[in-house]
Amino acid sequence: MDLVLLSRIQFAVTIGFHYLYPPLSIGLGVALVVMEGLYLRTGNPLYHQLTRFWVRIFGLIFAFGVGTGIVMEFEFGTNWARYSRFVGDVFGGPLAAEGIFAFFLESGFLAILLFGWDKVSRGMHFFATVMVCLGAHFSAVWIVVANSWMQTPTAYHIVDTPVGPRAEITSFWGMVLNPSSLDRLGHTLMGCWQAGALFVVSAGAWYLLKRQHEDFAKTSIRIGLVIAMVASVAQLVSGHGSAVTVAEYQPAKLAAFEGIYESGANAELTVLGWVDEENRTVHGIRIPGLLSTLIGGDPSTVVTGLDDIPVDERPPVQTVFQLYHLMVAIGMALIALAWGGGLLAWRGTLFRSRKLLWVYVLAVLLPQLANQLGWAAAEIGRQPWIVQGLMRTSDAVSDTLTPGQVLFSLILFTIIYLALFVVFLVLLDQKVRKGPLEEDLSHLRREA
Amino acid sequence: MDGSWLNVVWYLIVGVLLTGYAILDGFDLGVGALHLLAPGDHNRRVFFNAIGPFWDGNQVWLVTGGGALFAAFPHVYATAFSGFYLAFILLLFMLIFRGVSIHVRSLRAAARWRTFWDGAFCVSSVLASFLIGVAMGNVAWGVPIGPDFRYRGDLLAQLHPYAVLTGITVVAMFMMHGAIYLVMKTDGELNARVRGWVRPCIVFFVVMYGITTFATLLYVPRLAEPFRAAPWLFAVPVASMLAIANIPREMHRGREMAAFLSSSASIFLLLLLLGIGMFPELMHGNGPSGTSLTAYNAASSQLTLRTMLILAGIGMPLVLGYTFHIYRVFRGKVELDSMSY
Ligand code: HDD
Ligand code: HEM
Ligand code: HEM
Repeated sequence: MDLVLLSRIQFAVTIGFHYLYPPLSIGLGVALVVMEGLYLRTGNPLYHQLTRFWVRIFGLIFAFGVGTGIVMEFEFGTNWARYSRFVGDVFGGPLAAEGIFAFFLESGFLAILLFGWDKVSRGMHFFATVMVCLGAHFSAVWIVVANSWMQTPTAYHIVDTPVGPRAEITSFWGMVLNPSSLDRLGHTLMGCWQAGALFVVSAGAWYLLKRQHEDFAKTSIRIGLVIAMVASVAQLVSGHGSAVTVAEYQPAKLAAFEGIYESGANAELTVLGWVDEENRTVHGIRIPGLLSTLIGGDPSTVVTGLDDIPVDERPPVQTVFQLYHLMVAIGMALIALAWGGGLLAWRGTLFRSRKLLWVYVLAVLLPQLANQLGWAAAEIGRQPWIVQGLMRTSDAVSDTLTPGQVLFSLILFTIIYLALFVVFLVLLDQKVRKGPLEEDLSHLRREA
Repeated sequence: MDGSWLNVVWYLIVGVLLTGYAILDGFDLGVGALHLLAPGDHNRRVFFNAIGPFWDGNQVWLVTGGGALFAAFPHVYATAFSGFYLAFILLLFMLIFRGVSIHVRSLRAAARWRTFWDGAFCVSSVLASFLIGVAMGNVAWGVPIGPDFRYRGDLLAQLHPYAVLTGITVVAMFMMHGAIYLVMKTDGELNARVRGWVRPCIVFFVVMYGITTFATLLYVPRLAEPFRAAPWLFAVPVASMLAIANIPREMHRGREMAAFLSSSASIFLLLLLLGIGMFPELMHGNGPSGTSLTAYNAASSQLTLRTMLILAGIGMPLVLGYTFHIYRVFRGKVELDSMSY
């Protein structure tokens, strides 16, 4: 197999596994701030128990996120050396900033969050929780900025150096605030919030089904649902914003998202469909004019089709189309689940219906899936470019490596990550089964 | 690509980050290397919880060092990590296993589970320390680099005797550092036991340090040149010897904290020696083209160096502030409770 393909697969595997954990740490971080905040305000020991229980789970997720994250930090150098030389001046900055502003903050205050219960005051502990949550959000900020620059590069110029041309920054803030940064950051974070929120809801629903820890479970569900109600709608809004930016800066990607071949006005939006690549059309439920309207405000907006994109600059259409549509479908389902669940929980009927509770137990998988699908759609939709319009993925790989070496590391990564994922699931299951501890209700912290 | 004082400052910053990593993660890697010597389950948990609140933050020094290298010297980041591919992939696996083993080891009671993760923790700590030392050795010894900055050597060449020697030296150094740290963190019978490990660890380190110094003077005389050119720099190796000699002295007087600081100082001075010997090179090239990667030819643009300096200037004082605070919160002997590892 060839070096580029193997390196791509390895990157996809390592980032895919890494991205199982960050959405949970980021989303759960928000839930923890809410829970501990409520405890400080009300003094109700139930909130204290909630916080302690979810902190233990958070620690587990964090450890796996860190382990898999270290790999990502160095993988640009190991496998994408030519890319690193070409964009280091631009791309290295956000990565370094992530270390300085995000990882130190997260890992430092995590110590107090996990182990500091008896060593600091309540207020200080809450402060640490907020800092961990903030640090996790900062890390999303910098990594999404870096990735967004690859999608919509701005504020750079190409400079010739003795070892070849490279991109150099002309304005740091121009690079940070590139056209897609803000929408994509919002969208990514909302995906994380949904992942964390539904995780909390899912565990709560499971306890209710088992008729255990009922107060604990109901409170978990209510907190989770409120976060999910906000995030699911914000997800749609920011996703729409991203789509508009994609249409402007990455027309080939948008055309692949919706399977548009002919450029023109009145472009259709497909709800569900199948791309017939041979006949250059899409079969399915299509709404004429809706895509044009969503992108430009009225049906006369012209949308670029794949026909106007050089053949060697088109992403794989069917794959990108399906990934994207599945994500959007899940997005809609999550809005329904969050608001429907909110309504029923408020009426009290949610907690009595075993069928519904089962739906919410399983719903935890949806945001995880959509997060993976979304990244895959965004990244594969950018192909064949690694930096849109500037550098091809095939020119980015470390050419000092042999396919054999990458195959070797890929096999090892796959085995180890799968094994660790099993360990993660076993331990998670064990912690959830064990449930909240009595001790967490009575545990009295030293007041400072 | 001409340079300026910014290039020098970034050379220093990368050095500070990697030195910070060696001093901080050094002690928890050392604890890992000694881990299997701890008798019984309870004592092993004490070891894990001695580093529990800190190991992740310590590791971030490496992550940030990597990020800073990428931002300031992208060619070094690219050449080193792709050139030492297998070694770094192995190092990454070790770091994954270490982190996971610390966290999961005590989550299940089964003896086999705990034994497995105890082993994983110890082996990964030793191998990670060794690989870090091997990387240092290669950087000092030199590797073949082409005029296009690409690594031109083969992978097994990276395990030549000098690199193995530096690898073992780093393991010894971290073991000494970790043993002293454990003396501060334990009490009772375990404390007495750990105290007994300090002396052999110091001896091991001093022997390795001596051999490495001889090998360096004999085979890598390039590293000694700056000291010949500016004799006042001899203050550094002298200080380094004094710092090492001070460790057993402080231990003997029962001042563990001072011994730990001495051990930290000796790590700092050792890396400073390397830095002075190397400057301005970041990776010495010994290939036919004679190309080396330096703070000037491998650097990012002046604008990036300046912007990143401002960001680091804002961020690092904050980091140092709260890191110091967190070490203070968790000072003193380890006590196990229901939230411990
Ligand atoms: C949207 C969020 C997000 C995304 C897209 C990524 N990460 Fe990540 N990363 C996090 C969010 C995060 C986090 C929430 O901050 C983590 C995960 C779990 C955790 O504990 O921290 C983390 C951990 C983490 C660590 C360990 C930090 C430590 O030791 O504390 C490193 C080095 C990276 N990541 C690097 C990367 C790189 C180089 C990525 C891109 C290729 C990447 N991450 C994608
Ligand atoms: C913000 C952090 C990033 C995330 C979360 C991310 C996410 C993803 C995901 C989910 C895939 C999987 C696609 C698939 O299923 O095949 C992928 C593929 C890939 N990504 Fe990224 N990415 C990130 C940044 C980057 C960066 C910085 C690079 C540049 C080196 C990159 C290069 C690639 C490559 C080469 C692939 C191979 C898959 C393909 O052929 O499309 N990604 N990424
Ligand atoms: C509600 C309907 C949704 C719409 C209209 C939508 C739209 C989009 C668009 C247009 C992109 C591509 C952006 C780009 O390539 O630059 C994208 C990417 C992404 N989506 Fe969605 N999305 C929706 C739902 C979801 C949901 C429910 C999740 C997860 C819970 C999610 C997670 C992601 C992620 C992680 C990415 C990759 C990061 C990014 O490019 O922003 N999306 N989405």
